[in-house]
Amino acid sequence: MAAKEKRLAQLRASVPEVSPTEARRLQSEGAALIDVREPDEVAAGSPLGAHRIVRGFLELRVENSVPDLDHPVLVMCAGGVRSLFAAENLSQLGYTKVSSVVGGFNAWKNDKLPVEIPPRLTPDQRERYGRHLLMPEVGEKGQLKLINAKVLFVGAGGLGSPAAYYLAAAGIGTIGIIDDDVVDRSNLQRQILHTDDRVGMSKVKSAEITLKGLNPAVNVVAHETRLDSSNVEEIFNGYDIVVDGSDNFPTRYLVNDACVKLKIPNVHGSIFRFEGQVSVFWPNNPGNPSPCYRCLYPEPPPPEMAPSCAEAGVLGILPGVVGLLEAVETVKIILSLGDTLAGRLLHYDALRARFTELQLDRDPDCAYCSGKGEFPGYIDYAQFCSMAGA
Amino acid sequence: MSNVTVRIPTPLRSMTGGADEVTVSGATVKDALDALGAKHEGVLSKVLDAKGGVRSFVNVYLGSRNIKALGGLGAELKDGDVLAIVPAVAGGK
Repeated sequence: MAAKEKRLAQLRASVPEVSPTEARRLQSEGAALIDVREPDEVAAGSPLGAHRIVRGFLELRVENSVPDLDHPVLVMCAGGVRSLFAAENLSQLGYTKVSSVVGGFNAWKNDKLPVEIPPRLTPDQRERYGRHLLMPEVGEKGQLKLINAKVLFVGAGGLGSPAAYYLAAAGIGTIGIIDDDVVDRSNLQRQILHTDDRVGMSKVKSAEITLKGLNPAVNVVAHETRLDSSNVEEIFNGYDIVVDGSDNFPTRYLVNDACVKLKIPNVHGSIFRFEGQVSVFWPNNPGNPSPCYRCLYPEPPPPEMAPSCAEAGVLGILPGVVGLLEAVETVKIILSLGDTLAGRLLHYDALRARFTELQLDRDPDCAYCSGKGEFPGYIDYAQFCSMAGA
Repeated sequence: MSNVTVRIPTPLRSMTGGADEVTVSGATVKDALDALGAKHEGVLSKVLDAKGGVRSFVNVYLGSRNIKALGGLGAELKDGDVLAIVPAVAGGK
């Protein structure tokens, strides 16, 4: 025991210590509070907003939480002893402003400082999402974000099928689907949520069966109706992201206008024969305000200018490619990862096997997203050739 | 005069004999589109309106930039430039 006491005395002399109240104050000023206790200790409560990194993995994982070595760091354990060792480890790693919290979490609680029960994945979820948990960019925190996310799919068709299928697999907790159509045999060439024995069944019902079969934990919200100006806001409200997989211009403009008004990112994909387009329309994108669909195309084409029904058709695999690009963008938005396609249009030419990136600019006078003037209201454009590209 | 490639979107390929790219010459975007229209009847009216402006449901890109940001139809071309005509496409089902 003498060796331990001697070592602790050395650490107390070299590692700065702060009281829990002081730690809380520093945390509110931006310092990173790291709770290094074991998972079973943390499960019963941990300081509000703390990073939780078990001491055994501290050096390996701390940079994911605190990338800047000069950022102030406060280390906490249960009683203020393990945190001294941990603080020294962080100093050796290169952190320059490390302190240990005196009395640890016990003192924090006694001082009535704010505590939260950290949300945790269940053992079942841990097993299912194991390959996500291995990536620091997702991890438990990211997986919990996916589980808490609410994503609405406009259309359970060619684009909505692959996107919803993979996002259900990824663990998106709430998947809303709006579609008023029933499964037709001609859909099955590409709409992989549906099956031959469900021809004639409503698409939202069929989608629910497939998605629940893949991941029973997903909450599928069925909106078996056609989107129009009278229901669009009521349906969209409460969703974090809208994935547009619709097949006609009137719906696409409604989706855009409601997303602009409700400040929801609009993940856009469209297809025609061998060509696809993907983007994210998101005027309220934090830090990078991006164009909306109307900045790009202020008005839909008149019926005589749109591709005719006779020209409609699509390679069945193409919506798979485009729908999954939409799914990837959706996950990136939820996890705040990488650079989304906000402000860019990705164009895919399957025959040339060529992706082209086009830069999209905001229209400073856009009637819908520029913020100049009143919201112009929703427009029910006349339906024409809903088969185009369908 | 510069030689440029114009990328034709699928819906307009019925007017270019199925070609997905057409090579034309011109000093400006306007010249290149006129040359495209001269080669392939019917294409131009799908891209430009009666007043000669780009239609509101079509965008024309020079490289990765919308020509709106480059001075519009008067934007100058250089050899090897790529123009892309990108109309709004609604399909998804």
